[in-house]
Amino acid sequence: MSHDHDHTDPPADIALRVKALESLLVEKGLVNPAALDAIIETYEHRVGPRNGARVVARAWTDPEFKAALLEDASAAVAELGYEGRQGEHLQVVENTPELHNLVVCTLCSCYPWTVLGLPPVWYKSAPYRARAVSEPHSVLAEFGTHLPASTRIQVWDSTSEMRYLVLPMRPAGAEDFDEEALQSLVTRNAMIGVEQVSMPGRG
Amino acid sequence: MAQLAESPSLPRDEEGPVFREPWEAQAFGLTVALHKKGLFSWEEWTAQLSMEIARAQRQGDADLGDSYYRHWLAALEALSNRKGLSNSDELASRTRQWREAYLNTPHGRAVELSAGLDGRRGSSED
Repeated sequence: MSHDHDHTDPPADIALRVKALESLLVEKGLVNPAALDAIIETYEHRVGPRNGARVVARAWTDPEFKAALLEDASAAVAELGYEGRQGEHLQVVENTPELHNLVVCTLCSCYPWTVLGLPPVWYKSAPYRARAVSEPHSVLAEFGTHLPASTRIQVWDSTSEMRYLVLPMRPAGAEDFDEEALQSLVTRNAMIGVEQVSMPGRG
Repeated sequence: MAQLAESPSLPRDEEGPVFREPWEAQAFGLTVALHKKGLFSWEEWTAQLSMEIARAQRQGDADLGDSYYRHWLAALEALSNRKGLSNSDELASRTRQWREAYLNTPHGRAVELSAGLDGRRGSSED
């Protein structure tokens, strides 16, 4: 570096824009810095796909919970302590040998945050948003998911009012697994519907 | 997972960090905080965000998910403007002030906004 150390290199313009907006909103009393930190901490570290995995494993092992989940998912997951922050409804859609569910948000990236955390990059991308609807079979194939020809695919387009979580099929061979072991099998991608849940080592 | 890397059209990621840079987290947190305070509804937010994403695509953004928080910030600035929470003049001036604060702060010291000038138009050399 040719320059001396009498200044600090400013961050990128986009980061300065965020700092500008944040400092103005804090000054106006519209945002509380401690509340802001708490929100970021929550979504960075505490809310993630493990919440959804717990919901799925419970549904696989507890028929009453499963029935309640399919009837009113928002209420059922709230019982586990996961509540929607944006006032959205959650619907759980169950995979069966005849029907495979796939979730997308064609317009932006509506996503069941409370049970899956924040969406992965590919979920937010235009190719996924478009192709999940127009050619779901080839999207699934790119994720390594090959369904029998007899399985129908249903695509669910999320909105600001309605989010979807896929209840995958419990894999064959996991009959003896307890709830905790089952949780570890459930992936984020399976709960979006681009993959199925598989046994370890058979991925 | 090998075949996934061979499909160029779908960007991939592992279950890594949810934000790639700190400003993405700040922009996200601000939006949730303003919504929680009741300053806009989530429907208004997603409508604005969808609009920014569509606009960026029309302007040639490949929209592979990596530019997502840029659209997010543009939507937040626009919605804040529309709701009277901030406006583009004060945002531009405050952005300049922060840049100057960095340039005026010796390396290694904490950067305070007051180290920048008051953000008057034309006060910056860059």
